[in-house]
Amino acid sequence: MSGFDTWALSLGVFIPVVGALIITVIPKAQEAAIRATAVVASGLALVLSIVVVARFHFGESTRVFQFVVNKSWIDTIGARYHLGTDGISLPMFVLTTLLVFLCVIYSLKTMPNPRNPKGFFALILLLETGMAGTFVALDLVLFFIFWELVLVPMYFLIAIWGSERKEYSAIKFFLYTLFGSVFMLLAFLAMYFRSVDPVTGGHTFDMVALQGQNFGSTAYVNLIFAGLFLGFAIKVPMWPFHTWLPDAHGDAPTVGSVLLAGILLKMGTYGFIRIALPLLPEAAHDWAPYIGGLAVIAILYGALCCLAQKDIKRLIAFSSVGHMGFIMLGISTLTQTGINAAIFGMVAHGVITGMLFFLAGSIYERFHTRQIDDIGPGLMQILPYMGGILAFAAIASLGLPGLAGFWGEVFALLAAFNPAAGLNTGLFRAYAILGGVGTILTAGYFLWLLQRLNLGKASEAKLGEHLDDVRPVELAAWAPLLVGILALGIYPAVILDVTNSAVNGLTRLFT
Amino acid sequence: MNAIDLHASLPEIVLTSAIMLVLFVDLFLPDRLKAWNGLIAMAGVLGSIVALITLVGERRSTFGGMFVLDGYALLFKFLFMSIAVIVILISVNYLDETVRSSQGEFYFLLLTSFLGMMLMASARDLLMLFVSLELVSAPGFLVAGFRKKDARSNEAAVKFFLFGVLSTAVMLFGMSLIYGITRSTNLVEIAGALKNTGHDSLVAASILLIIAGFGFKVSAVPFHFWAPDTYEGSPIPVAAFLSVASKAAGFAGLLSLMFVGFIHQTEVWAPGFAIMSVLTMTIGNVVALQQTNIVRLLAYSSIAQAGYMLLPFAVVSGAGPSVLRDAFSAALIYILIYSFMNVGAFAVVIAVSRKQPSNLISDYDGLVQREPGLAIAMVFFLVSLAGIPPMAGFWAKFFVFSSAIHGDAAWLGAVMVVNSIIGAYYYLTVASRMILRPAEDTSRIGVPYPIVVAIALAVIVVVAVGLYPNFFAHFTPRSTLIAG
Repeated sequence: MSGFDTWALSLGVFIPVVGALIITVIPKAQEAAIRATAVVASGLALVLSIVVVARFHFGESTRVFQFVVNKSWIDTIGARYHLGTDGISLPMFVLTTLLVFLCVIYSLKTMPNPRNPKGFFALILLLETGMAGTFVALDLVLFFIFWELVLVPMYFLIAIWGSERKEYSAIKFFLYTLFGSVFMLLAFLAMYFRSVDPVTGGHTFDMVALQGQNFGSTAYVNLIFAGLFLGFAIKVPMWPFHTWLPDAHGDAPTVGSVLLAGILLKMGTYGFIRIALPLLPEAAHDWAPYIGGLAVIAILYGALCCLAQKDIKRLIAFSSVGHMGFIMLGISTLTQTGINAAIFGMVAHGVITGMLFFLAGSIYERFHTRQIDDIGPGLMQILPYMGGILAFAAIASLGLPGLAGFWGEVFALLAAFNPAAGLNTGLFRAYAILGGVGTILTAGYFLWLLQRLNLGKASEAKLGEHLDDVRPVELAAWAPLLVGILALGIYPAVILDVTNSAVNGLTRLFT
Repeated sequence: MNAIDLHASLPEIVLTSAIMLVLFVDLFLPDRLKAWNGLIAMAGVLGSIVALITLVGERRSTFGGMFVLDGYALLFKFLFMSIAVIVILISVNYLDETVRSSQGEFYFLLLTSFLGMMLMASARDLLMLFVSLELVSAPGFLVAGFRKKDARSNEAAVKFFLFGVLSTAVMLFGMSLIYGITRSTNLVEIAGALKNTGHDSLVAASILLIIAGFGFKVSAVPFHFWAPDTYEGSPIPVAAFLSVASKAAGFAGLLSLMFVGFIHQTEVWAPGFAIMSVLTMTIGNVVALQQTNIVRLLAYSSIAQAGYMLLPFAVVSGAGPSVLRDAFSAALIYILIYSFMNVGAFAVVIAVSRKQPSNLISDYDGLVQREPGLAIAMVFFLVSLAGIPPMAGFWAKFFVFSSAIHGDAAWLGAVMVVNSIIGAYYYLTVASRMILRPAEDTSRIGVPYPIVVAIALAVIVVVAVGLYPNFFAHFTPRSTLIAG
């Protein structure tokens, strides 16, 4: 293995934070230098992730960790600096670097108030380190540090650049997530103290070494799973832990919402797939019916809430609750189809909902309102390109075949028809049917949104304002997402071929 | 009996010389040069640190086993002297501008109290523990009342004094009972004598009486009532000193008493600590939520933090050596890290109080526009106190959580999680006010050089330990107090 392969992931994770540090020493007045640093740092991270993809060994070998670095870190507790990526985490890692780069590009011209590019870009880059690190960390302590590293920058992004009740939403997001994650830490420690390191004979935090260990009685293992569940389920968020999400998404600045929906939520579902399922398969099996039940409630509840929303950003936020429900339903089946669908859904939701939040931000910037009835009707007449892109993204989000949103949901429903051995097939089939009802409701509220927003006749006053349609910078930031939506829809194997073998390694635990 | 080992007590000797020198030189200093007393005090502390460095790696015992110098003692002595450096740095300008008179006496009392802490770290004997605890406390009563014309400062001193002597009396009673039972004041001999007593109720009662005495020192609920009023009324450097150094000294004594002297009675004292820890963190945090004064907020927050430090004591009931070792290092690491982040926060408060002596939390609105460096440093300290990575405070909490899980006391861990969330709320509220709210008074504060140095030192420790936890994690296995 070459030196590059050892350090590629570390570079991808830490280049952004180095960029953030450089930005903090650039004087505030030199905005051009600050922007350039942000573009270069996030761009380098993106390039690195693409190189990682290019050098990645696909096929059967996606189930083993590649680009591994494993160095001693905190000797006294046996925590190690252990990074690596496999077919499950690679798509998330690439999605992270891509979305952050696009957010930086988008923010070059569109900076929310109060303008302060220095703080804004520094926090986004710090956030990127936390998010990217979470997806490649293979040591529980390291994972936890990256996981928590996300909180402070996102808190300040919402609290400083947000809108309406920004301070309330920011602290709610922070405390809610912190609450779950500290219980997750307790669960990590509980596994640590009942583990045996195969090499040193001590305890271990290593995710690979922790697989297949005996953590004690069923009751104790279930308690550990409960801790993990709290941490991950709040982050996803699963119903009924979702209440922080509409506030945080609604009040965050545009790129904050994009990154929250695009990546932060996936940290939760990724946690289930990477940690909860492989390390505690028996408990996961016991909990699966309940997780599936909560997922279906989230699907229906999210859709019904969307029907009641008057605010476009909150509508997209609630639609995330429903989409994350499909992902969790896929995971809860514990089947190869279901978990493949979940990872596909994670990527698709990141691309589509990221796109929708970008659109909501740009529309708000032009109309200075997020109320659907104040923007519409007749967006197609006022801003034809913007309206067209919105229609495209909304239709992708509702799961039209041929676009990215379709595969994750249809495979999740299919998987629910044939859940893993030992799960109650009848119950999961009921979930599948209810989920199917959810897709109809989802189609309903998105089409209704388009009807209220895009169609109809625009008022003379709005036509008279001559608002900018899609600007070049916006198009530059959006084009990769639009291409991605189409490409993933037409050729889903792009993701599924990467994940399949790794997922197969995981689901063997449940057959 | 061997001759007295002077080298082992060299740091104390150097410090004592500086104490004498300050008192003497002060007589001849004209009023405008009184601040030089601070220089002498600083020289004494630095000299003491040099003397400590010559002792690294040594293991000595003198004064008939009453005074022991080992890894544990050295670790605490380094901590006390580092805190002394910071406390002197933040006192210099404050004294010169606010108190003015009696500067020589102030440094004399401050250093005397630190001398008591140095002895406390080495004390392995009930008498020695008692004498050093008194040496820490008595000058503390006086410096708390140093703003002589301020009624609140008088109240601070009197309250502190009354609570102090009461708890000392209670503790002394407990110690005398222990002596009566074991016929020894040496901690190791006491442990040997108590090994087979089992659940003797007299032993249990005397242990609890001693814990009550130390509970006052570390401001644990229900012995905490003095702390907020005393902190608020004292000169702020004294509040910093009391909430950090004096508290750490209490824990130094508590650790050696519990983990050496009463090591065979864990079933007796661990449940007591469980109750005390839960009450301390919960009441500290809940009351902190309602504060409008930053010093009182930090006072209640430091009570809550003491609750986290007490938690490892609560998990060792009947535990084996590995749990004992983990709990011991968890408490130790928490004390070390807490000292730096809390003294840093107080240093910022002193800087801000130069312009706004009212110390209201609303004075911090918009601080980032007035003094960006100060505001960012305060955010670091607050995030660290809240226990968020990558600051040092996270590792402090991590090891305490770890000891709770290892000791099969997950419920204590869960209580602490809930408390951490409450704590995070008020720490973050202050942090975000500094950044989000507009400032009423937009003038710059102008931070004097010594305070800048003090804050920088604390920031470096908080960030460096956060990023490289091996730094502290390496120390504790070398603190050879308990044979693991």
